[in-house]
Amino acid sequence: MIDLHWLYVFAGAVFAGFAMGSARDETNPKRWGNAAFWSLLVASLWFGDLIGDIGNGALVMGLVGIAGFHVIGRGSKEFSTPQERQESSSQHGNKLFLPALIIPFTAFVGTLLFTYTPLKGLNLIDPKAVTLVLLGCGVIIALLVGYAWLRPPAMAAVDEGSRLANAIGWAIVLPQMLASLGVIFAAAGVGTAVGAIVGTIIPQGSVFLAVLLYALGMVAFTMIMGNAFAAFPVMAAAIGVPILIHADGGNPAVVGAVGMLSGFCGTLMTPMAANFNIVPAALLELKSQYGVIKVQVATAIPLLIANILILYFAGFR
Amino acid sequence: MIDYWPLLGIALVVVGFALRFNPLLVVAVAGIVTGLLGHMSFLKVLATLGHGFNENRYVTIIWIILPVVGLLERYGLQERAKALIASIRGATAGRLLIVYLAVRQILSALGLTTVAGHAQTVRPLVAPMAIAAAERQHGDLDEETSERVKAMSAATDNVGLFFGEDIFLAIASILLIQSSLASFGIQLTPFQLSVWAIPSAICAFLIHGARLLALDRRLERRK
Repeated sequence: MIDLHWLYVFAGAVFAGFAMGSARDETNPKRWGNAAFWSLLVASLWFGDLIGDIGNGALVMGLVGIAGFHVIGRGSKEFSTPQERQESSSQHGNKLFLPALIIPFTAFVGTLLFTYTPLKGLNLIDPKAVTLVLLGCGVIIALLVGYAWLRPPAMAAVDEGSRLANAIGWAIVLPQMLASLGVIFAAAGVGTAVGAIVGTIIPQGSVFLAVLLYALGMVAFTMIMGNAFAAFPVMAAAIGVPILIHADGGNPAVVGAVGMLSGFCGTLMTPMAANFNIVPAALLELKSQYGVIKVQVATAIPLLIANILILYFAGFR
Repeated sequence: MIDYWPLLGIALVVVGFALRFNPLLVVAVAGIVTGLLGHMSFLKVLATLGHGFNENRYVTIIWIILPVVGLLERYGLQERAKALIASIRGATAGRLLIVYLAVRQILSALGLTTVAGHAQTVRPLVAPMAIAAAERQHGDLDEETSERVKAMSAATDNVGLFFGEDIFLAIASILLIQSSLASFGIQLTPFQLSVWAIPSAICAFLIHGARLLALDRRLERRK
């Protein structure tokens, strides 16, 4: 059965490509730092299960050291000129979209096949890893098609992949680091402490104030933890279940679903949700790393108000 | 007696991010301080951090897509996306992003969350198209405007994903709500929960859509 470990082997090879591509870029004065950074990720992907928790912890410290003390940099090498790209774009036409669409198409068709047809029963792919495995398949197919059709130099995928990887830089591992921080927060009892604080300020007698506190608590705790998943169990235990559902007789489905969605409004406003807010800023090469969050606030706040109204009017009829 | 000292770690994160230290460094320091305040030994903290990092490797898998995107960019993918948008009459940055918002919400509601995303669609296709449309509306874009259009492209992807995915029954957040409430003896089906994600999804489309139309007006006005 194909499970996540197969994917880790493949992903390790891709990151090894980033390391190699970085080392080849002589326009980057810190290229060996970049190569070391990606090599540590290769080690994590290939050998993470063998080196033990403390070994992994040391590996993380290595990544943090390289990134935190600015041992990584960025080259200025471009492998194509704007004019070449323009000519190639006119020459190949809209067919250029096809390789790019192979990846979503593989994910789409594959998910349908492995969810709704007898293929599901073959246990070919670990059900927990279906989407990621299909993503990997899509990448391999798209690369094969790209090489067969466009006939690029052999190292093109390595060079171009590491060009993008180094444009994003350390932000690539930030989501994974924040997930590990969440594990420490949980082990150290941060959730219990936040729940206890929220529990002491519950207003008596006003359903609307309780709803407001529940939704704002979801937002605040989501902004701290970077995702609503960590916030929901805490807020449900502190306010959602004892006050809104049991004491005030709220509809549990509304309290659950719209409570979570209120938390998602918080996700739009926090740098802790790095993969949604910080990484795209790097990926789109924005000047401000908070550029995406800044434009999201004006959607998140009215949407939060809408969610609070839905909670209050649909949840308590 | 509940120990409040570990909350200091949160304060460290906020201060570190606000002072713009390298976020990896901020997270590592906050993690270590929080663990020590939570009465863990240094080695225990290091092991917990390492264990969490190893268990969450799947988060980083998405970047295997970069060689494909980079390769196609070398052959003019972004230029092609711009040319395509230029050939569609009446295409504006705001309208393009409204269409993308709707598509993203619908795909997510069908459980197809990884079909699109910042690496898969926003960087190679959506952002260059939005920039091209904005240039046609506005003429050459100053840096502030082009940053805004790109940031809006990323924001549209996030809003579409967050406020579409919970309509799908088997998404992680719905299952989490179900199991959290079940631990208090409240039994709900995923269907009962996901139905209540629909009103918020409609509000998200209306609110963010209105902002995208406002983006169009802003682009036209500054011509």
